[in-house]
Amino acid sequence: MTITLLELGFILVKVIVIVVLMLLTVAYMTLAERRVSAWIQDRKGPNRVGPAGLFQPIADGLKFFFKEDIIPAHVDRFFYLIAPIIMLVPALLTFAIVPFGDQFSTYIGDQLVTFRFQIADLNVGILYFVSIASLGVYGLFFAGYSSNNKYSMLGGLRSSAQMISYEIPMGLSIVAVILMSGTLRLQDIVFDQYQLWNIFRQPLGFLIFLVAAFAETNRLPFDLPEAEQELVGGYHTEYSSMKFAMYFLAEYANLITSSAIITTLFLGGWHVPFGILEALNLPIIAEQIVQILSFAVKTGFIMFLYLWVRWTLPRFRYDQLMNIGWKKLLPLALLNIVVTALVIAIF
Amino acid sequence: MQGIPISYFLILSAVLFCLGVLGVIIRRNAIVIFMSIELMLNAVNLSFIAFSNHLQNIEGQIFVFMVMVVAAAEVGVGLAIIVAIFKLRETINVDDIRLLKW
Amino acid sequence: MLVLTLFFIFAGIAVMGGILVVSFRNPIYCAFALVVTLFALAGEYILLMAHFIAIVHIAVYAGAIMVLFLFVVMLLNIRTEERASGGVRYMIYIAIPMTAVLFFELAYLTFKGFEKAYVRDTDLGTVERIGEALFSQYVLPFEIASIVLIVAMIGALYLSKRRLAIGE
Repeated sequence: MTITLLELGFILVKVIVIVVLMLLTVAYMTLAERRVSAWIQDRKGPNRVGPAGLFQPIADGLKFFFKEDIIPAHVDRFFYLIAPIIMLVPALLTFAIVPFGDQFSTYIGDQLVTFRFQIADLNVGILYFVSIASLGVYGLFFAGYSSNNKYSMLGGLRSSAQMISYEIPMGLSIVAVILMSGTLRLQDIVFDQYQLWNIFRQPLGFLIFLVAAFAETNRLPFDLPEAEQELVGGYHTEYSSMKFAMYFLAEYANLITSSAIITTLFLGGWHVPFGILEALNLPIIAEQIVQILSFAVKTGFIMFLYLWVRWTLPRFRYDQLMNIGWKKLLPLALLNIVVTALVIAIF
Repeated sequence: MQGIPISYFLILSAVLFCLGVLGVIIRRNAIVIFMSIELMLNAVNLSFIAFSNHLQNIEGQIFVFMVMVVAAAEVGVGLAIIVAIFKLRETINVDDIRLLKW
Repeated sequence: MLVLTLFFIFAGIAVMGGILVVSFRNPIYCAFALVVTLFALAGEYILLMAHFIAIVHIAVYAGAIMVLFLFVVMLLNIRTEERASGGVRYMIYIAIPMTAVLFFELAYLTFKGFEKAYVRDTDLGTVERIGEALFSQYVLPFEIASIVLIVAMIGALYLSKRRLAIGE
């Protein structure tokens, strides 16, 4: 546990940069959602505020900020105030294990310093994601419970049940990836994908994880618990102003994190395909930047996929949703593991 | 660079265990009694892991794994029993569920 | 030093959470306090170099078992707990001294035997080592653990089935 002051400083810089970038990306996801939905629906989205609508999130943020912050009298104050925080924090925490670049070592003075483009290179790697992701349930649960409102309570219960049901296929599809890579550490999983990305080696696993991630982040087609037409507002009926905004922050943060994890597990993380990077022979710093850009592009594509699916598919009914989770995805995930294990054992 | 004495962990484990025992004796709500039992199990887990590190033996951690599995199974079945009792007696205050048959 | 401070922070949170678990009136607050205690304990496990167990602890206890508790409390809609009745009300005056005696016994035994032992930096808690042990020497308990879980699942399902009356 001996790290130099320089490496500690670098970790702090990474943490601050990541958090700031995440919050900025979340803010611009709101704009992206509206522009993409407009494009799919053959109309223009918000393009008045600033050039091409780029200041829209600032306008939205100001609107939320200035709205009256009402706390209804009948709510359970402690949980009412803490629920949005409990939803947001796991989303930000899980980004700590995502590797967004390769590591490189240079000599500073006379010391060999290694810079890792990953906040925490945990030995247990992907298990951290599974366990922290399962904490998002508490936010929904307490939001539903604290509002003392039957629509919120039902929305909260349904949402929590949906989230814990879909954790299982998600974890099982991760097991198949771990079987192929032989390690839980995310950097090693990325290294393992140098030959061929996991999306080609584990197509079924990718699909299962994608569907489960859609359900975990409460995005369409699995967003019944928060749908406006269904349960008034679901678990965030009683919320207003900044706390309401925090729920959307949390949802988009979850979206970004699961896109980053999908990229790392299945799309090769920061790896640049077709050996382009080796052919170009750039200096080390430029190589790192290209790798980070590659990661950003792939994550961006998955985020676009999330938005695309939302505005294309209709919503599932709750019993259909649970049916898919337990009766279809779970056996498929188990089948995936068995087939992967057989293939590894035979070849 | 000495680290933390193992005895600190064992004292913490003892404190949590005693708090769990207190909860089981004092509280009247069946679910809170159950939670105090979980607290006791966790205190014991901490002891096991402290000893695993002290004796450099992995058996402690394997046993903690098994304790977690058993705790999970116990919570599942125990809460099912509590729900069944609630459907029957409309209360989970252990003072009212004292008699098997009235 | 850093690790000692961390130990005391986590220990403080754990003990505080434990006290709150046994003292809150509303069971949902108790459950929340227990979740906080479980988190602090996970931090303690990491200080003891048991990384895998710490993460599995969060996933299993804080992520699943406590969610189950909260579901049941919410479904049964228990808001507060009535006061203890009859002679049981005075139990607390006996319970606290008894528990204190228990604690002092445990503390005495601890200090008698462990004056000079410190946490050792080891790789004994990593996934690889636990995986080796779990699948070679302890594979039988591992398999029996999965059977225990299936049995518990079947038990819970059976207990919560709706009983149809004769003739329905």
